[in-house]
Amino acid sequence: MSDKKKLVVIGNGMVGHKFLQSMVNNEALQDYEVTTFCEETRLAYDRVQLSSYFSGQSEEDLSLVEPGFFEKNNITVHVGDRASSIDREAKKVLSNNGQSIPYDKLVLATGSFPFVPPIPGHERENCFVYRTIDDLIDIKKAGEKSKVGVVIGGGLLGLEAAKALKDLGLKTHVVEFAPRLMAVQIDDGAGEVLRKKIEDLGVSVHTQKNTQAIVDGEQCLHRMNFADGTFIETDVILFSAGIRPRDDIARDCGLTLGERGGVVINDHCQTSDEDIYAIGECALWDGKIFGLVAPGYQMAQVVADQLSAKENSFTGADMSTKLKLMGVDVASIGDAHAVTENSKVYTYVNGSDEVYKKIVVSEDKKHLLGAVLIGDAVDYGNLLQMKLNDIALPEHPDSLILPQRDGSGSTGLGVEALPDTAQICSCYDVSKGALCQAVADGATTMAALKECTSATTGCGGCTALVGQVLNKELEKLGMDVNTDLCEHFAYTRQDLYNLIRVNEIKTFDEMLEKYGKGYGCDLCKPAIGSILASCWNDYVLEKPHVGLQDTNDRFLANIQKNGTYSVVPRIPGGEITPEKLIAIGEVAKKHQLYTKITGGQRVDLFGAKKEMLPVIWKELIDAGFETGHAYGKALRTVKSCVGSTWCRYGVDDSVTAAINLENRYKGLRAPHKIKFAVSGCTRECAEAQSKDVGVIATENGWNLYLCGNGGMKPRHADLFATDLDYETLVKYIDRFLMFYVKTADRLQRTSTWMMNLEGGVDYLRDVVIDDSLGLADTFEKEMQTVVDNYQCEWKTTVENEERSKSFKAFVNSDKGDSQIVFVPERGQLRPANKEEILAKLN
Amino acid sequence: MKTQMVNELSGEVDVCALTDIIEDAGTAALVNDMQIALFYIKKLDQVLAISNYDPFSEANVLSRGIIGSLGEQLVVASPIYKQHFNLVTGQCVEDEKVSIAVYPTKIVQGRVVVMDPCA
Repeated sequence: MSDKKKLVVIGNGMVGHKFLQSMVNNEALQDYEVTTFCEETRLAYDRVQLSSYFSGQSEEDLSLVEPGFFEKNNITVHVGDRASSIDREAKKVLSNNGQSIPYDKLVLATGSFPFVPPIPGHERENCFVYRTIDDLIDIKKAGEKSKVGVVIGGGLLGLEAAKALKDLGLKTHVVEFAPRLMAVQIDDGAGEVLRKKIEDLGVSVHTQKNTQAIVDGEQCLHRMNFADGTFIETDVILFSAGIRPRDDIARDCGLTLGERGGVVINDHCQTSDEDIYAIGECALWDGKIFGLVAPGYQMAQVVADQLSAKENSFTGADMSTKLKLMGVDVASIGDAHAVTENSKVYTYVNGSDEVYKKIVVSEDKKHLLGAVLIGDAVDYGNLLQMKLNDIALPEHPDSLILPQRDGSGSTGLGVEALPDTAQICSCYDVSKGALCQAVADGATTMAALKECTSATTGCGGCTALVGQVLNKELEKLGMDVNTDLCEHFAYTRQDLYNLIRVNEIKTFDEMLEKYGKGYGCDLCKPAIGSILASCWNDYVLEKPHVGLQDTNDRFLANIQKNGTYSVVPRIPGGEITPEKLIAIGEVAKKHQLYTKITGGQRVDLFGAKKEMLPVIWKELIDAGFETGHAYGKALRTVKSCVGSTWCRYGVDDSVTAAINLENRYKGLRAPHKIKFAVSGCTRECAEAQSKDVGVIATENGWNLYLCGNGGMKPRHADLFATDLDYETLVKYIDRFLMFYVKTADRLQRTSTWMMNLEGGVDYLRDVVIDDSLGLADTFEKEMQTVVDNYQCEWKTTVENEERSKSFKAFVNSDKGDSQIVFVPERGQLRPANKEEILAKLN
Repeated sequence: MKTQMVNELSGEVDVCALTDIIEDAGTAALVNDMQIALFYIKKLDQVLAISNYDPFSEANVLSRGIIGSLGEQLVVASPIYKQHFNLVTGQCVEDEKVSIAVYPTKIVQGRVVVMDPCA
């Protein structure tokens, strides 16, 4: 213990925490006893995604600390305690709470603070900065009582903050001192296009405004007076006028600072004291502060490597960025302002679609120096790689940004041109080589690649490129991406779906004859059975379909380990009358079924032998029940909370919405099971964010969440659209479900399906909301057909004697399966285990 | 049982009419108290019979599996844990140590006849 060196880290922000993770990954912690100070009461969280807190993400969603991280790695963390001074003589860090921690090595990751211009009145009530979750909580509180909000500063963070105000429902203004938005990253032309786009979204932009004073307003809390004599009235003001390094603790202990602040570091991220390192936004390297997270992460890795005896140095960072600001793509690469001597500029402006693209190239037109993209940033990845790897440009560089209308395809570089060292994902510093290795090691789908490398999970700007690398590598490995469903059909599930739709194929035999070979199998039969059902919604036990069904679909119940089945009647939205509840009880009692409440707010009746199923269902149908499709790859349940009808917090009637949704989509066959939930307020008692389709009521309408799931790999759903009326909600769900049914692989849940879509949830929005494929109408019509053709499969079954007969245990006998044995437990029956069966037989 | 008395001396049992079996799907039958799974393969116009007992799940469920082909083999997939069994030899495809009983069958004038497993 005692021979371990003592390492202290001041700051548990994004970069400070990344450093700890890097130490863990380097397996360097056995040599160090680590202590870290975290001034905030929250451990590291994702500041880049801060504004998503207003669009529904929770504190936990933003957290960057995996549960048990500190305990597991034996790191002492002082939460809510600020390191107040450093005693370099005694090599100790002192804290506000009186801690005195000795160090051998010290890392400063103190970050930055928002600069608040010294405008008279800046300390008034409801004036905030936009940096921490606490700031956001204050802003939210103030926003609830306000109508108008202003952001001072039209930079990257300022526009993020504006989005936050807009999400809070305020009339939002952005006030910028410079003549354009994002003055650092983009030029005038781009600024103009960006401004138009942002104003289209209902945010007023005021440039060249110098705020001189904030005083009492007449209509609102404040009035902001500008130097040109104009003014704006507002209730809330957010300052976003740049950041300043938090270097006071370094200053106080005599470390060298830059003229305008920042702890000076060398290429090893060492400060003027070689035992003290500084990383992230508090550090000044080569006269520069890096206000992005990626360079901070690089510095964290450099120091972690130093401390684990690995060679690494910081050599500057590319400051290119791509982001989506209020849904507008904005990207800036390298020398965006063409300040390089004799550089040449190409610009493409499409005023009608509000797209702006500019590239800056070297004098000889051989190399890309910089670029700006507004409104359409799909070329970002390619252009960035061209610049970073100094790849020779095509003869006519403007072809890189001109639209390709002749179908000749993009002139962008192929990923093959990139060296293995090319950094594809800058958020997580993933190189092309690392991606290739991951593919070779078995990550052969986009979802797997994301999971093992983290690539694309930051800003997502590299998604298209990662996809290209994946496909190229699979090709090279000779894996040839065999997406055939099985040996009988050399097609993907999506191909089969299209063949069935387009050629109006109605049976498996027809499909096999025209497009397959052999006899089919337990992969292609249920898959095609499901597609046929999705398309035409025939009765699944119709003669030609019956042999295609998995046993659950064939007997319309869920098989259990001893060959008996369980039965789940539909209880839409989980609402049930006492009479119906009693009826279920009566049926269960009469047939001695084991009864359990499900997670989807229904009742599951276990232990039915297959020959009992028609009798049980006859009784359930007589009592007014329908099949619950618990056995199908289909819509299962729409869970709901009790909603505004009863709950004192509810803001809308979640139960009615859930019942309506369940009745609309019941019976829809899909590649996998689908679960819904509807919550009546943001307390989210129905757990909608863990469902394929989650709906949460807000004051302004319904928020729609998509592609979540529980189970083996739980995934939080993505907030997809906000403040919808019920009709629009249904439209979006229709389109989403049909698109999923049409294009997903067999047994692929919505989450993996979405993650494998190139472009992910943004692409899904394009298709569902903006109708980028022009299929919205078709999807809605197809869904309507399914809805119109709904039938309760059990009703159809019990009404037909022939069909009921097919449930008999034996074709040639009226006996049952005598080898199914039950024993009592806690007042009900359960399957006997081996010993119990033997005991019974003796 | 009357329907099982076709030719007891030769151990043949009349089980049911061919039309009682759903084509390209399975049906369970009780022959001298043994559970048998029958499959009518339409393409071959042939009925194949195997034991209904799935040794992996220890339940009588194979008649409820999906039938198909793997390469040249005709197989049924257990509905519980999805192992495949060759319908002609009874061999489990996934585990060479496991195989199940198969029974010769024939179709006689629209009736399905199985060799009595106890004979």
